[in-house]
Amino acid sequence: MKLRMVKEILNSKVLTGEDMLDKEVLSACGSDLMSDVLAFVKEHTILLTGLTNPHVIRTAEMLDVSAIVFVRGKIPQEEIIEMAIERGIVILTTDYTLYEACGKLYQHGLPGGNKA
Amino acid sequence: MTMNSEILMEQIYSIEPENFALAGEASSSIKKLLKQLGVDSNIVRRAAIASYEAELNQVIHSLGGTITLRVDSKEIRIIAQDVGPGIEDIDLAMQEGYSTASAKARELGFGAGMGLPNIKKCADRLLIDSKVGQGTRIEIVFEL
Repeated sequence: MKLRMVKEILNSKVLTGEDMLDKEVLSACGSDLMSDVLAFVKEHTILLTGLTNPHVIRTAEMLDVSAIVFVRGKIPQEEIIEMAIERGIVILTTDYTLYEACGKLYQHGLPGGNKA
Repeated sequence: MTMNSEILMEQIYSIEPENFALAGEASSSIKKLLKQLGVDSNIVRRAAIASYEAELNQVIHSLGGTITLRVDSKEIRIIAQDVGPGIEDIDLAMQEGYSTASAKARELGFGAGMGLPNIKKCADRLLIDSKVGQGTRIEIVFEL
C-alpha cells in the first residue's frame, strides 16, 4: 500500500515527507511500547503510536520504518519533526484512536508487520 | 578480539547513565558508519537494533559505559561495557518480559524485558559477562 493511500484512509495531515507519499509499505504495527516495536517489526513498515517522544523517531530510524502515524490527533513537538526530516521518515497524524486507525488499515488489506 | 583479521574500523562511544535525551546517538552513528562501509542492509539493520538495545540498557541500568564498534573483513563486533549493578541472573534476564527497568524508562516506551532477548535474536553470536556489583560486558557479533 502506498503512503498516499494510508493518508487517505486515515484522513491524515502530513507533518513531513509530503514528497515521499509514493513509497510502498508492506505492513503496519500499532504500539506504544517501543521495546516491542524493536523486537518484532519488519522493514517497509509504518508505525502507529500515541507516544510522541524522540525515542519513537530513534526506534523508527534503527528499524528503517518508512512512516510514523501519531494517533488521537496528537501533534509532536517541533524537535521531533526535525528529527524525522533529518532521517527521511514521513510523519502523519490522524484523529482516529490507535485501535480505529489500525483497524481501518487492516480492513483495507495492510497486514501486521510482526510475523517472523 | 579477532586475532587473524585486520581491523578496518574502530569507534568508541561513551554512554551516560540516565541521559535519555542522548540515548540512541551512538547507535545512530554506528548505523551510519556501517552503511558508509557498504555493509549489507539487513546486517546494518540488525546491528543498529542490537546496538540501540545495548545502549538503552546502559542508559537505564548502568552507572556509565562505553560502546565499541569494531569491524574487520569477517565480522562486525559491538562491545558494550559498563560499570554498574551487573546482572544477577542472566538466564532470567534472557527471558522475554523480565525487566528491572525504572519508571522513567517505561514512560518512554522501554523496559518491557525485551532488550537482551532481542539482541540475541538480532546477533549471530552474543557473549555476556557480568559481575554483580561491578558491571556488565556484552559482545555482539555479526558475521559478514
